[in-house]
Parts: sequence; structure tokens; C-alpha cells
Amino acid sequence: MAPEGGLDLSNAVALLTQAGWRAPVGAQAGEWLWVQAIVDGLCDLSSRDPLTGLANRRQFETALAREIDRVARVGEPSLLIVADIDHFKAINDTHGHVAGDAVIRAVGECLQECVRPMDLVARVGGEEFAIILPNCPPAFGQTVAERIRHRVAQRQIHLLDGALTSVTVSIGGAFAPQWVRSSVIIWTERADQQLYRAKAEGRNRTCLDTPPLTVVSAEEKSFLFSSLAQSDTLSASEILEEHPKTTS
Amino acid sequence: MMVPMPVSETNPSKSSARLARTVAVTSGKGGVGKTFFSANLATSLSRQGLKVLVLDADLGLANLDVVLNLYPKITLHDVFTGKAQLEEAILPAPGGFHVLLAGSGLVEYSRLTPEVREKLLEIFEAVKPRFDVIVIDTGAGISDVVLYAVSMATEVIVVATPEPTSMTDAYATIKVLCAQQSREKMHLVVNQVARPGDGRTICQQLQQVVDRFVVSPTGVVPKLHFLGDIPFDPSVREAVRKRQLLLELHPGSPAALGVNQVAVRLLGRA
Repeated sequence: MAPEGGLDLSNAVALLTQAGWRAPVGAQAGEWLWVQAIVDGLCDLSSRDPLTGLANRRQFETALAREIDRVARVGEPSLLIVADIDHFKAINDTHGHVAGDAVIRAVGECLQECVRPMDLVARVGGEEFAIILPNCPPAFGQTVAERIRHRVAQRQIHLLDGALTSVTVSIGGAFAPQWVRSSVIIWTERADQQLYRAKAEGRNRTCLDTPPLTVVSAEEKSFLFSSLAQSDTLSASEILEEHPKTTS
Repeated sequence: MMVPMPVSETNPSKSSARLARTVAVTSGKGGVGKTFFSANLATSLSRQGLKVLVLDADLGLANLDVVLNLYPKITLHDVFTGKAQLEEAILPAPGGFHVLLAGSGLVEYSRLTPEVREKLLEIFEAVKPRFDVIVIDTGAGISDVVLYAVSMATEVIVVATPEPTSMTDAYATIKVLCAQQSREKMHLVVNQVARPGDGRTICQQLQQVVDRFVVSPTGVVPKLHFLGDIPFDPSVREAVRKRQLLLELHPGSPAALGVNQVAVRLLGRA
């Protein structure tokens, strides 16, 4: 059945087709299935950066706000990384804007290759990228950031005129404050400050803000749980797992 | 993260007898049943004839309204912004007590500016003479907002569960409160225990670690005062799902009896 009201979707279809969209197999133009596919296509289009295919700034901010909600309640460590291509203007000036686009695409690919599928890589500005890494322990932050920096620096980028070039990135990172509700602006600002630091200290380097130290040392923890392990005090969930029927 | 304390609150003995007893409920880890406990404790205290106010200090992450099934038109946010009078924001709650809700508009106050501190303290001082007990339900964690909210109260109840993560965070909370606020006595409630008595074991365990590692700036080792344990009880989940107070829905349930026992001990009547 065709939607009522005589929707004019020709502009939307033209836009989607230009972006490589194809109508779903078996869906007739005008059917609900077809309309749904167009809406889905438009949502996808409006959340992606056309040059790199990465998330765009809009999707990044939505995802970051969601991550803030999550860590405020769960208390998991979460890392925000911002990366900026060093001396990008020089590439544009020397090789032209097409080459600049190729460089941006290549860096985008490098970032995507360095992170887990659950992480969100976004292009948030001209030559600026951001990555949200949920559940990233503080000890791994520097490792991830350095991996990205190395991968980008080693990448040989083919330009249209056959030339090869390579670029470096400066990286800043900030962890979400545990248990505290941050905001998109505050958290991004902290990561940006680290990025400025990386730039100021000579570029092609990573700077992460120091995560708050846990106030409980390993020694205290071992003392806290040593005799509990010997006693048979179990949590309710453990009891439930052992005897699923006895507590209901 | 250092939080300057309101000086008048550091010494309980100096507060006037007419003012409310002020009790902050905190936990370190989230999801241990802090808000559930605060609301039901307030109910239990009200039933003992006390005039009780629950102050929702979980700024930005408030869910006391959800637990109590209240849809407040006026919240602390409106008082902060001058849109409403304090009196209008103090609402009667189902359990016979009153609440002062933060409201989701307070998200922006998650950064504790001096103005917000001053305003909160001002409101707190204004409500103190009108109640017998003020329960401050704080947010999860050990953030500056939480520490400040706790600093307004003369007494602290730390809520923990037998989960190792909760115990660790409860211990961290105790340590920070001792170091920053010179707290030398803190109440402990253990929620969701599998068997009666488990709470006391956990309290003893925490005390042992405290004895060994924690000392206040004045050289005092803080003492944990065990207020009781609340057994793991499916009726709690039911009450939360139905957005009702456990003490009203299932007053005879094991968890409800546990909360009552805590209230009695808090009042020193056991």
C-alpha cells in the first residue's frame, strides 16, 4: 500500500542516489518499505562525513552525550581522543585541495584501523578527528594514542599525480571523570587542551590528561578481601547463581 | 577536589537542639540502592512520628522523583533561578515525609561553582529549623558535588552491598570523608545481603582495613557504626518497578523490616 498524502520524495531520492544509495530489492517506489529505506538512507547520510565515510560532527556529539550519560551512572573509564593533522595547510598549498582530501581520507582510514569496532571515529572539522573509546582503562590510553600516531606517520599516501607523501598527527586525550556527569563542551575542551599542548610541544606527539588516581591501593584491596575470601560471605547474586530456585 | 566545609557543620555538638538532625546517604558506587534506601528510611522515620525531609542532592542525576513516582512542577532548579519560592518546592511524598527535588534542570550545576554551593547551603540552612530529620540523598561516586552535599550533614550513612566493587568504593568514600572532612564516625548500612549477619561481617572487614590504613588529619582512626543490613529481597525490585515505597507495598517483607531496623538504630532506640 502506498503512503497517503502524496509525498514528493524526488529530491531525497536524487540526493541518496548521488551518494550511492540503491532502493531495497523488491520494494516498489511508493511502498512503505521504500519510504522507510529513504528515511534510513537520509539519516545515514546526515550522520556521516561524505569525504571519509566516518561519523560527522552531529553524530559525534550525539554519541558523546550518550557516553556521558553512561559513564556518569556506570563509572567506567572512557577516553576521548582528538587528533589533528600537522601542517595540513602546507599540503593543500603544495599539492592542491584534491591531495588534501586524499590525505584526510587516508588519516581517517588509519584511525579506523587502530581502534575497536565499538569505538566511534568521527571527522569533526577540516583536518580534525575525534574518537570516543568507551570502557578504556587509563593504563591503555597512551598505548592507543601512540598506536594511532605511529600508524598515521608510517602511512604512505598516494596522491593523484603519482607522488607519495606522508603526514603526522598531534593527539590530545581526556578521560571522562568517573561518576561525574560531564558535558560535551567540558569534556571536548579538556581533550582539546591536550591537543594544543601536543602542538605546542612540537607536534607529532600524544598528550593525555592524567586520569584521577584511584584512592584505594592494591595493598588496601588485598587486605579488604583477604579474610572475606576465606569466610563464606557471598553476594546475593552469587547465591542466586548457585541456588536459582531457593530465593524466589 | 578539596571541598571547603561549611564551618558550622563540622562540629555536631555545636548545632542547636531545635535544628534537624542531618544525615547524608552516600555510597561511592552507584546502583547499590541508595535512593531506594533514603526514601524508605524517611518513611520509616516518619512513621515514628518524626518530621522528615529528603533533600535530593543527586544534582543532575536525580531519580528520587522516579522512585517516588512524583512529577514535580517546581524543583530546586526553580528556586536556584529565582522562579519559585523555597516553600513551593517542598513537596509531600507518599511515605508521609517531604521532599526537595533537584530536577533535571540542575544538570548544569554538576560543576560545583561557589554560587551553587552558597545557594545550596542557604536553602539547607533555611529548611533545617522546620524538620526533625533531613536525609540528603547524594549522587553516586566521590565527586566534589557529592562531597559537598555530604559536608552539609552532621552524620553520614555509607551504603554498600557485598559486591567487591561496592565495598571498595564504600571504603574509598570512608577514606576521603575522613581525610577531607575529618569524619571520625560514620554509619554503615549493607544492602542486598544474602544472609542476615553478612552485613556485620562486612562492617568488621571494612573496619579492619580502616584501622590499618586510615587516619584523620587530627590523628584519629574513624569508627564505623553498623546500622544494620537489608536482605536481598525480590519485593524491592517489585516496589521499584511499581514506583512505590517498599514500606507501603510490602511492609512485612524482609527488606522492609531491615530498613525499619536501621531507622530504629539510627534513632538510638535499639
